[in-house]
Amino acid sequence: MINNISLIAANELRRLFKSPLAWVILAVVQFLIAIFFYLLLSQYMQPASAASGLTDVVVSGMYQISGVVMLLVSPLLTMRLITEERRLGTIKLLISSPISITELVLGKYVGITTFYCLMLFMISLMPASLMFGTQLDLGQIASGLIGVLLLMSAFASIGLFISSLTNSPAVAAVSTFGVLFLLWIINIAGTNASEGMAQVFAYLSLLKHYSSLLTGVFNSTDVLFYIIVSIFFIILSIWRLDAERTYG
Amino acid sequence: MESEILISVQELSRFYGQQKAIENVSFNVHRGEILGFLGPNGAGKSTTMQIICGVLAANHGSVSIAGHDIHGAPRLAKKHIGFLPEQPPLYNDLTVNEYLDYAAKLRGIKKDDLTNAINLSKERCGLESVGSRLIQNLSKGYKQRVGIAQAIIHSPSVIILDEPTSGLDPIQIREIRELMRELGEDHSVILSTHILSEIQSLCDRVLIINQGAIVLDQPLDQLENNSDKPGSIEIGLRNPPALEELLGIEGVASVESINEDTLRINFNPDANKTDAIVEKAVSDNWGLFKLNPGDTSLEAIFMRLTQGDNEQFEEESTA
Repeated sequence: MINNISLIAANELRRLFKSPLAWVILAVVQFLIAIFFYLLLSQYMQPASAASGLTDVVVSGMYQISGVVMLLVSPLLTMRLITEERRLGTIKLLISSPISITELVLGKYVGITTFYCLMLFMISLMPASLMFGTQLDLGQIASGLIGVLLLMSAFASIGLFISSLTNSPAVAAVSTFGVLFLLWIINIAGTNASEGMAQVFAYLSLLKHYSSLLTGVFNSTDVLFYIIVSIFFIILSIWRLDAERTYG
Repeated sequence: MESEILISVQELSRFYGQQKAIENVSFNVHRGEILGFLGPNGAGKSTTMQIICGVLAANHGSVSIAGHDIHGAPRLAKKHIGFLPEQPPLYNDLTVNEYLDYAAKLRGIKKDDLTNAINLSKERCGLESVGSRLIQNLSKGYKQRVGIAQAIIHSPSVIILDEPTSGLDPIQIREIRELMRELGEDHSVILSTHILSEIQSLCDRVLIINQGAIVLDQPLDQLENNSDKPGSIEIGLRNPPALEELLGIEGVASVESINEDTLRINFNPDANKTDAIVEKAVSDNWGLFKLNPGDTSLEAIFMRLTQGDNEQFEEESTA
């Protein structure tokens, strides 16, 4: 089980890095976030903002921006997960091999999440460089890091599921972006609704659970929220691929 | 045949929505047997093969591979399967070595045997010289061979190849046939093809499928026993007689003219009267200058079993 999952994950990573896409995305994301990092840092250096701490302004601010950048970039990475296997016909190789569809889906998920971890590591090197000169609130950073990671893995599972629905990477990318964006801003949609509905909408928002983690509030319901979203879409992907054998 | 049954297909049916793909298909394949799968386009060959490999699920019926049900114990059953789909399942951005390494690991080959398995498979398919090249830069024939290499890499007892020789040049076709003959000695091989001569030179048994149902399942040597008498002849006459005169000869079912001096004469089943025609041609001075045996038996059988429906289809499509 573990062997097969890591085999598929490793192949996914290897093929990601064979394409220029992964490298370009790593570079662009790094570049964009570096600009924001610089802006946040220079904003902090101004005397007016001395009220709040360095970690709050720079590190949490940067992770906040990372979430938005990932929202834009993640659909491009997840779009080809299943669609490309279908297009190349390699899905038949995978399904006629002695691995289960669960292993296949989990392998894909682990592969792409590993890539996200790598991306996150590269981003985190920037705030880590501040440690040479000053003290950082490591607890808050850890909480923020977990928040971004959970957010990304939710993005990955949603993208994986949408990629399993179609044959076209472009369709998968656009739909994934739409869904992610909707889940991001759904709490705004709820502001005009009734009290109860507003709460439901706010609760469904990917953003809300994320911001409290960024401020260093480690609430287990927030963590569970992302884990449940991930598991939910992974199960949907498995069902979808399984059903394809019968109805496809 | 006494040997062990490796593939057992029972009453398989599969529908795509309302569209029937195959219905009530049953057959067995023994160890050491090469089964040729024949049928017009859209007859259900690929569907059947994909169901056997577990890529598609059947609506009814069961498939068992080496005694393991593909649905009940997929992991055990699939260990014994090597499958080459119609479009070879290749990752274009990997090299041949990387790809075969991945395929071998997917099929559960142990680390110690990995290098051996990959090398043997490359050698069998003639891929030694292209091991470190990217798959996307290979010619179609090489890609097809990489596809075959991944199907046999774990020396499965059941090898299923969907049109394995498409896109290959004649020399490669001969090599691949040689390879399949070798594999057929101690494995079960199912191969589908459009090329009738391939079946005749390679297979032990032929299975013709038409419109989703099996219309013929017979060992090839039985078929060939009948093949001394082809079902038709092609005859070239300088002074062709009236068609009625030819139709008057006993055993002649129909006559078609191919061009102004060449005719095709179809005989009634098991009534090859070539000698009578030649006699008459000489005595009546028809100016016989050419005489070719017509379709081989397999081709004739294939045409007979599938043609009727095609004509029907053509009528429908023109209507």
